[in-house]
Amino acid sequence: MTNRKTLSRRSFLNQSAAGIGALALGGTAQQAFAATPLTVGFIYVGPRDDFGYNQAHAEGAAAVAAMEGVTVIEEENVPETQDVQNTMQSMIQFDGATLLFPTSFGYFNPHILEVAPNYPDLRFQHCGGLWNSAEHPSNVGSYFGYIGMGQYLNGIAAGHATQSKKIGFVAAKPIPQVLNNINSFLLGARAVDPEIVCQVIFTGEWSLAVKEAEATNALADQGCDVITCHVDGPKVVVETAAGRGAYVCGYHADQSALAPDLYLTGAEWNWAGVYQNMIETVQAGGSIDNFVRGGLADGFIKMSPLGPAVSDAARNQFEAVKAEIMQGGFAAIKGPLNDNEGNVIATASQSFPEDDVALESMDYLVEGVIGSTGA
Amino acid sequence: MSADIGLWGVPLAILAGAIRVSIPFLFVALGECLTERSGRINLGLEGTLVFGAMAGYAISYETGNPFVGVAGAALAGSLFGLFHGWICKFRGVNDIAMGIAMMLLGLGLAFYFGKGYIQPVAPDLPAIPLGNWSDIPQIRAALQINILFFVGAGLALAMWWMFRQTRVGLVIRVVGDSADAARAMGMNIDRVRLLATAAGGALTGVGGAYLSLAYPGSWNEGISSGQGLMAVALVIFARWSPIACFWAALLFGGAGALGPALQSVGVSDGYYLFYAAPYVLTLALLILTSSPERALRGAPGELSITK
Repeated sequence: MTNRKTLSRRSFLNQSAAGIGALALGGTAQQAFAATPLTVGFIYVGPRDDFGYNQAHAEGAAAVAAMEGVTVIEEENVPETQDVQNTMQSMIQFDGATLLFPTSFGYFNPHILEVAPNYPDLRFQHCGGLWNSAEHPSNVGSYFGYIGMGQYLNGIAAGHATQSKKIGFVAAKPIPQVLNNINSFLLGARAVDPEIVCQVIFTGEWSLAVKEAEATNALADQGCDVITCHVDGPKVVVETAAGRGAYVCGYHADQSALAPDLYLTGAEWNWAGVYQNMIETVQAGGSIDNFVRGGLADGFIKMSPLGPAVSDAARNQFEAVKAEIMQGGFAAIKGPLNDNEGNVIATASQSFPEDDVALESMDYLVEGVIGSTGA
Repeated sequence: MSADIGLWGVPLAILAGAIRVSIPFLFVALGECLTERSGRINLGLEGTLVFGAMAGYAISYETGNPFVGVAGAALAGSLFGLFHGWICKFRGVNDIAMGIAMMLLGLGLAFYFGKGYIQPVAPDLPAIPLGNWSDIPQIRAALQINILFFVGAGLALAMWWMFRQTRVGLVIRVVGDSADAARAMGMNIDRVRLLATAAGGALTGVGGAYLSLAYPGSWNEGISSGQGLMAVALVIFARWSPIACFWAALLFGGAGALGPALQSVGVSDGYYLFYAAPYVLTLALLILTSSPERALRGAPGELSITK
């Protein structure tokens, strides 16, 4: 049906082992690598130590930089405008990069799609874009993880912690991945108590510190007592929420250090292994699949350790659901389910497992989410 | 945090937001007001604001004392002001072009020196809990008013009094309104402007320290989102009056809180429009108060944009 290829755990381990084996061979293998040094460019939309999205990618880039025969170049704070095209061009022409990771969602269309056809021999790996062979160049690839599952687990921790039965979500933009996270967070909480509702506030930008703080305060004012977010740098949301005495679920990276007592858990990216695997594929002369996806079981995402405020009951349910997700094919969106405008999302017999591509064009908020996609 | 306040959340959020968000606007606007009354424009305050945020955060983190951080930010801001003031005194230097250069310089330096301070958590400035009379937690939270708000309000009053009643204020006004008259009175125009620009920079630095040490209370490169530039426009909107700057800053802060507050009570369609509220408001007020018959009321005569 689709040409989607999932990076399975087995192939990941095999290739990792092959890479390590090659390294272990010593001199000759290393010389072979050194003969064809690979320059890899990483482009971030914000600072690479933002406690969030960019930090997660930068940690992956650091793991790549530690590999033999690889030079990593990075540029931060590149807006999702013509600027990213200039950055890509300069990485290619001045630094000789042959593999690029422009990591922000908005880089894909139109920027990568405009630059990539001019460099058919180079490879552009974009995080989160919905690549398909009919429309997009073959030297562009897309990779992402099923982080919605992490937000579902966040929701379970939140569902046990909330007293007001109202939880809050500070979101940047109403794109499918953000909507999936909001829906998953609420559905996780509803797996604990179906009465729980989730208030969402969109800030309209990936990083707007003052607006994120205002949104968090507005959620706390409305009685939300567990707050999570999907913005690039969750530091402001985490600190503001904790300042208002609300529990916090993290996102992108581990923010427990910012609110040690109130941090329940968090959905984190785990790019190091994913990136190393891609580099090894290229070094071995292979080509990276154009459409790579993976979840908790594949090591694409991980959960922050549970915080001290998590009860035993919450811990048990969290671990049980996590084990279920680890088996693969878990569906957070399953029928019967309506959106918050009353339209049917899934009938009683329908379900959308984590790897269902339909989830990546999500345009609704499920019943129980207070807010609108603004469409 | 259990009390259900429903729609009351909107006016409360606007009030609380007006207080929380207005402070950087207020300090930058007061700084720019002082500089412009002396006849010079400093468009570089956005850079000074961001550098002040970085310096305040870094110094607070290194010393463990947020007040030392604020003082450091003020010092850093005054250095930027001094530099701008010194360059602008040379013949043929355009203060607007120089201001833009100063803005880029401030941003660049702040990003460069601030790299290592994005992660650490620095001690914050204390807030004064004025809401303890209330049992409603939302009101208590809204009335956690930062000490710098009172400082800013006091400064607005003091500056108004200074311009009106003191010799220093008179000197600044004469230098700003007519360089010829000031020269005839034997005033040192360059020195007055240099000091006014430095003081304006210091106030802006304090505004920056509020961003990183109070609200939102952490340092990152996107901390200001253009507040320094908006505050410069706000001075024109406030017709160069310190008291009007105070009200204008409150208005901008409150308007900025409108979008999130409306979404939190379920009014979520068209939130981009609500986010544009401060700008729409400014435009509307400027149009309503403008007149084709006369020039801007209150504008210092020596200002390069009105001359």
